[in-house]
Amino acid sequence: MAKILLKGNDAIIRGAILAGCRIYFGYPITPASEIAEAAAKYIPKVGGTFLQAESEVAAINMVYGAAGAGARVMTASSSPGISLKQEGVSYLAGAELPCVIVDVMRGGPGLGNIAPEQSDYNQIVKGGGHGNYKCPVLAPNSGQEMSDLTQLAFDLAEKYRTPVYILADGYTGQMMEPVEFGEPRTEFPRHDWALYGDAESKKNLISSIYLDPDELEEHNRKLQRKYAEIEKNELRYEAFMLDDAEYVVMGFGIVSRILKTVVENLRKEGVKIGLLRPITLFPFPSEKISELADRVKRFLVVELNNGQMVQDVRLHVSGRTPVDFYGRMGGVVPSMQELLEQAKKMTEQDN
Amino acid sequence: MASKVLKKPRSFYDIYERNPSPDKKMPHYCPGCGHGNVHKFIAEALDDFDVADRTVFVSPVGCSVFAYYYFDTGNTQAAHGRAPAVATGTKRALPHSIVISYQGDGDLAAIGTAEILHAANRGESMTVFFINNAIYGMTGGQMAPTTLIDQRTTTTPTGRSAHNEGFPIKVAELISQLEAPVYVERVALFDNKQRARARMAVRKAIKNQVDNLGFSLVEILSPCPSGWKMDPVDSMKWIRDVMMNQFPLGVYKDITKEVEPYIHEPYHPTAEEIKKLIEIIPESDKHFARSDVPERYKDPQIKVAGFGGQGVLLLGAALAQAGMLQDYHVSWLPSYGPEMRGGTANCHVNIREIEVGSPMVSNPTVLIALNRPSLEKFEPDVVPGGLIIYDKSLIDIDVKRTDVEVLAIPATKMADELGNTRTANMITMAAYAAYTGQFDKETLYETLKSAIKRQRLIEINRKAVDAGYEFGLKNRKK
Repeated sequence: MAKILLKGNDAIIRGAILAGCRIYFGYPITPASEIAEAAAKYIPKVGGTFLQAESEVAAINMVYGAAGAGARVMTASSSPGISLKQEGVSYLAGAELPCVIVDVMRGGPGLGNIAPEQSDYNQIVKGGGHGNYKCPVLAPNSGQEMSDLTQLAFDLAEKYRTPVYILADGYTGQMMEPVEFGEPRTEFPRHDWALYGDAESKKNLISSIYLDPDELEEHNRKLQRKYAEIEKNELRYEAFMLDDAEYVVMGFGIVSRILKTVVENLRKEGVKIGLLRPITLFPFPSEKISELADRVKRFLVVELNNGQMVQDVRLHVSGRTPVDFYGRMGGVVPSMQELLEQAKKMTEQDN
Repeated sequence: MASKVLKKPRSFYDIYERNPSPDKKMPHYCPGCGHGNVHKFIAEALDDFDVADRTVFVSPVGCSVFAYYYFDTGNTQAAHGRAPAVATGTKRALPHSIVISYQGDGDLAAIGTAEILHAANRGESMTVFFINNAIYGMTGGQMAPTTLIDQRTTTTPTGRSAHNEGFPIKVAELISQLEAPVYVERVALFDNKQRARARMAVRKAIKNQVDNLGFSLVEILSPCPSGWKMDPVDSMKWIRDVMMNQFPLGVYKDITKEVEPYIHEPYHPTAEEIKKLIEIIPESDKHFARSDVPERYKDPQIKVAGFGGQGVLLLGAALAQAGMLQDYHVSWLPSYGPEMRGGTANCHVNIREIEVGSPMVSNPTVLIALNRPSLEKFEPDVVPGGLIIYDKSLIDIDVKRTDVEVLAIPATKMADELGNTRTANMITMAAYAAYTGQFDKETLYETLKSAIKRQRLIEINRKAVDAGYEFGLKNRKK
């Protein structure tokens, strides 16, 4: 099918509908409202339900109710709204319910502003709510990925019975790019764990309560086995010009787009530099980083925050080679020139 | 009838396998607790309407968190206060189901106030049972939003004071003030007569949902001898003599005879219908051959800027669309954040032979300025050897830079001559395309189909393209 030009936020909803999402619960917040607006426009057209909830908290709990009924369901918000949803996400993870949650990050802490930051890395990638859980996190950097990864998110959510995050930023949401769509999915198997409001499924219980400490420990062990399985099977990253690289730049989301141009420009000058872009933030490309740490001279991690992903990079580099960090906060997005200078500075460190 | 009274309702499990207690026949509730009564009334009603198979029971946080030990229905367990939201999600996903949300007073009237109010206000097709025992039972007897004035609890050791904790919340009265709920009643469990009334209320509230009438809530004044530190008999008396003064019994709202049933009609479009409905089939699948673009104009990084309302964003989007029709990699990024509020608008467009890296254009190779502040602001950012196109009819200053190409076009004047000022943006776009040789006219015509939403405006915009294109060709740098 030919491509159409549309905003990333819009691509998320069209992708979600192709993946079979027919229920959306949400609450307006800049810069994620366009996702709700697209959902309100398109989901009822295909026989689904869009409901603007009274709060972020209510929205995520409605997601819980629909997910327990075996529906492909989603919600979207932006950083402060995601903070509010964390209670519900913990319950979803505990009850092992699949759903897709989009976070179009904005500046914080507190009210912050509506400009693009990536300061939700810690709250999204490390769990966020209470308890021993984490969720797969997909970080798109283009309109096409906003659609494709949303569709993937629904599949992963169901395969592993877990909430899955799309971690995006204001730029990938607002940007228009050509997007190609595939065929809609219309057949969905019944899940043996879900409640369908019928005799066959009524034996099922959707719950996250395990009063007995041994039982709760076993439940937690089961969750950890699941996360190990996800780490084994679902890692995705983009390696750009890394084969002969002496220097590595790392970033996700919109930052990775700028870094790619930096790498292109420095390669023209003969610098052996490459880009490692995590597409999944959990699972994290730890082995790839470890492998690179043995052969490259230096890493530069760029984030729109105070240095969150860089902690994970340093963990896996384990002191074998220096890891520099360059961060902007408050919604300031660095220019290509600015990052080019940072990357050059890195390459000059060893000379 | 006798057999009915003695037999356990079918909608209860025979053996409570989920109860970890060694006795799988007895519920976990304390002696004299009201939950057992209410559970039984619910199970009997589910039996009578034969709906247990399609029922989903939402257990709250509180003593009834374990209601799923007993009900042979679908069971789900909600976070504290969130049962009406969970029930909403369930019912919306399963419109044929019977959804029961069962909540205590802390759950419903304190931490979950927003959820119950809005579920009621939306008229969700669900049944809510609200157990009011004026105390937090499970957590050990703390104050509830329904605790009476002067009532002692572990967190109001000298009694609830109106000055410090406010007054008990009257849920039935509150909910009945909303338009959507069809049935709201308060009942009590202190003698056989009242229990019989409670049973009828529970039954009616479930029947309303079976009949697709909407939202029903029954508030039940229920004994908690353990929490109240009374024996069961005194507990009943306390409801009758004390609690009922604060919470009068009765039907607070009943419009079940006036409302029409609402039945959800499912709709499952085919794959082809879905693609049409969500508009992912392009206006055309035409592709156009690329023009022969001179080296210095290749891979343009364009910034378009002007006042809001001049069609700045549309101009940029049309360029991106045209690029896409020629299979270029393109990106379009609107000005974002605080900039948006200033009344000026700008966007960044990349048209590239290879994948677009950064979508941001900080140093444009092409600046299209539609008003004076935009020219003044962005002129210094243009790369040496770049191109500045500006609307001469609106901008009364000249470009100061001498290291760039300049195309001054009286776009607004030309648009006025065509009879529509708003076409100045398309005139300017076409002038850029012709001047640089980036796009041919056929590609621009095709672009209009997607860019111009109103069919009747396409013709005038085609004329704008013609005029702008001619201007661009005529003024091409030799």
